[in-house]
Amino acid sequence: VKKISRALAALTLMGVVAACGATPGADTAKKTATPAATTTATATSGTPAPAATPDISKAGDVTLTVWDQEVRGGQNKEMTQLNAAFQAKYPNVKIKRVAKSFEDLQTTLKLAVSGPKAPDVVEANQGRPIMGSLVKAGLLKPLTSYEQTYGWDSRYSSLLLDLNKFSSDGKDFGSGDLYGLSQMGEIVGVYYNKDKVPTPPTTLDDFEAQLAAAKAAGDVPIQFGNLEKWPGIHEYESVLGQVADKQAVRDFVFAKPGASFDNPEFTAAATLITDWVKKGYFNKGFNGTGYDPATANFTKGKSQFLIAGTWQTATIDEKMGEKAGFMLMPGKDPASPVSLGGESLPFAITSAAKNPDVAAAYIDFITNPDAAKVLVDTDNLPAMKGAPAPTSGLSIQVADAWQKLNAADGVIPYLDYTTPTFYDDISAAIQKLMGGKDSPQQFTAGVQGAYDKWAKSR
Amino acid sequence: MTMPAVTPPAAAAAGGPAGSRDERPPGEPRRIGYLYLAPAFLVFAAFVLAPLLHALWISLFNWDGLTLATWAGLHNYTQVFADPALRHAFLHGLILLLFYAGLPLLIGLLLAGLMARARVRGLALFRAVLFLPQVIAMVVVASMWRMIYDPENGALNKLLRGVGLGGLAKDWLGDFNWALPSVGLVGTWVYFGLVMVLLTAGVQKIPSSLYDAARVDGAGLVREFFAVTLPALRGEIAVALTLTTIYALRNFDLVYITTKGGPGDSTSVPAYQVYDRAFQTGAVGSAAAIGITLAVIIFAITFVINRLGER
Repeated sequence: VKKISRALAALTLMGVVAACGATPGADTAKKTATPAATTTATATSGTPAPAATPDISKAGDVTLTVWDQEVRGGQNKEMTQLNAAFQAKYPNVKIKRVAKSFEDLQTTLKLAVSGPKAPDVVEANQGRPIMGSLVKAGLLKPLTSYEQTYGWDSRYSSLLLDLNKFSSDGKDFGSGDLYGLSQMGEIVGVYYNKDKVPTPPTTLDDFEAQLAAAKAAGDVPIQFGNLEKWPGIHEYESVLGQVADKQAVRDFVFAKPGASFDNPEFTAAATLITDWVKKGYFNKGFNGTGYDPATANFTKGKSQFLIAGTWQTATIDEKMGEKAGFMLMPGKDPASPVSLGGESLPFAITSAAKNPDVAAAYIDFITNPDAAKVLVDTDNLPAMKGAPAPTSGLSIQVADAWQKLNAADGVIPYLDYTTPTFYDDISAAIQKLMGGKDSPQQFTAGVQGAYDKWAKSR
Repeated sequence: MTMPAVTPPAAAAAGGPAGSRDERPPGEPRRIGYLYLAPAFLVFAAFVLAPLLHALWISLFNWDGLTLATWAGLHNYTQVFADPALRHAFLHGLILLLFYAGLPLLIGLLLAGLMARARVRGLALFRAVLFLPQVIAMVVVASMWRMIYDPENGALNKLLRGVGLGGLAKDWLGDFNWALPSVGLVGTWVYFGLVMVLLTAGVQKIPSSLYDAARVDGAGLVREFFAVTLPALRGEIAVALTLTTIYALRNFDLVYITTKGGPGDSTSVPAYQVYDRAFQTGAVGSAAAIGITLAVIIFAITFVINRLGER
């Protein structure tokens, strides 16, 4: 018996050794050490003279695996159309598309990209949580040389490019190498019900007066659903953009030296939004109301305003038609609007991509002027400069607002890009702030604390 | 893995009929038994033991899931108790125990006690209906309750307003004090049917002579319950508590779909933290440490329950 149990013990021990083995992450580190070095080499050798556009039709038979999350209505349409057009142009390229929901992509992307069968092109969300971690691990290819070859730098406004940039060690966000390109622009703006708001307010003071009037008339001024936690970020930051300096918000998101959250301007924004809660400018019980039910309440005419992103345009247009209007969040000066916004998830090339030239040509193809036209035709908002304007529906107002906002350089990026855990930190903190559990001072100090914890470990 | 190939012959030689004639006292299992165990053990080792040990190994590192990890020792474990966010999560898990295990047991016992007294007609149907929540996927249950709890259009608040109790209408999932009990009550709704079915099955096997004897001795409903029904159900109660405790502590889907741990972190539970840290915020070592701690706690609680149940 002893011999056998000893054998079993040995077997178990072997299992332990097999299970544990090396330090976690050693595989990835080994695998990426060399490719990272070579890419920097090619990048530097490519810098002196912008290389000619590589001819993809001579690349031989290539299968390009693309992971995207463009699964909703118009987004799925444009993706399918553009993929078909690319394959028609280059019959030697076969696109293997893996479409996932946003949340699905967020949770599986890191595992997929670090795994043995990594896709070639992926949508890697901006900011430190996803793109930053992938860059730090050397799993994405810097696109700087392609940027010059294809002239991508003149295709977008500078902030939109910065949002997809990281230093090659993943430490600095918003500067360094370009790692991806986005197709669609996004604004978090204010939808309003034209029946209830015939002349939309143009300044923050007008807006507050309108909210007060709505409340006095027994109407719900702003419909808000924050059960999912993240919608609160849009509410707070829309106000923040009107109270704080836009550069201060950008510097904080990019973690520039000296930037802070616990400052008088950010606290003032928190105070203003809690005042709105206290005055009853939001529906009761917003922390327990879902995002979609809140939108539904707005489309049913149960409120005057809804602060939401342009991804809701199609839904609202379909339900309300002519009755719905869209505007940027009114601020101090109508001539220089500031609004929370940005761009859709950027398409990036993985370090494991076997044919980066083909991948880059694909990314160029889905963001070039022809693609912008496809985006407009499929009811999407192209992020690129000089895209054609839509001709019908609520999209006209949205596209108009986007042009105005970019002309005024007024986009402020999402706060949750700031640190790997900031999505959790800020969304929970805003629920506490607006739920009346934390004071504005406690709110900004608490968020600053979460930020400092990360900054120290950086 | 060459060992398994070696083990069987050794086991066969040592445990074969020839060698085992006289060394073995009567009743002692024969060594060949290990050979029979081997296939199951190998599957268990490959799919349960190895991942578990791997998780244990990861929990000793600071790892973002991508880059080279750094050794953390027991830091991730001390954080489980030192980090207020995690301490709260475990506390919420224990509070949910009351709703997942405690309340269903009380309701189940009450129903079982009543059924022991009077044989209900159409019992099978009654049981099936109460058992229904168990059959529905948790995702569906959670989405449905989200709608019921909606402050403006939800069924619960509409009902309260309809019967003139509008003052009790609340922002159920958005209130800092009510969110956790609201989530917990969904658990109660799901699991009381399971507990009831286990207990009524147990009640039916209690010999009716015991009840007759109790009645002859003049025991009332309450006395009968405590003297006959409850002691006879000890085994079933242990099983019910074991199952519901495990469900309570590993609860993830319900929180994920209803509140995402909010408002603030008032419904955050350990299993949600594991998911959040492993897949969202890149703290894989910490996630593994929470998972292991949770497994140990579940093991300890069920161990105690079963000890008490067997006495």
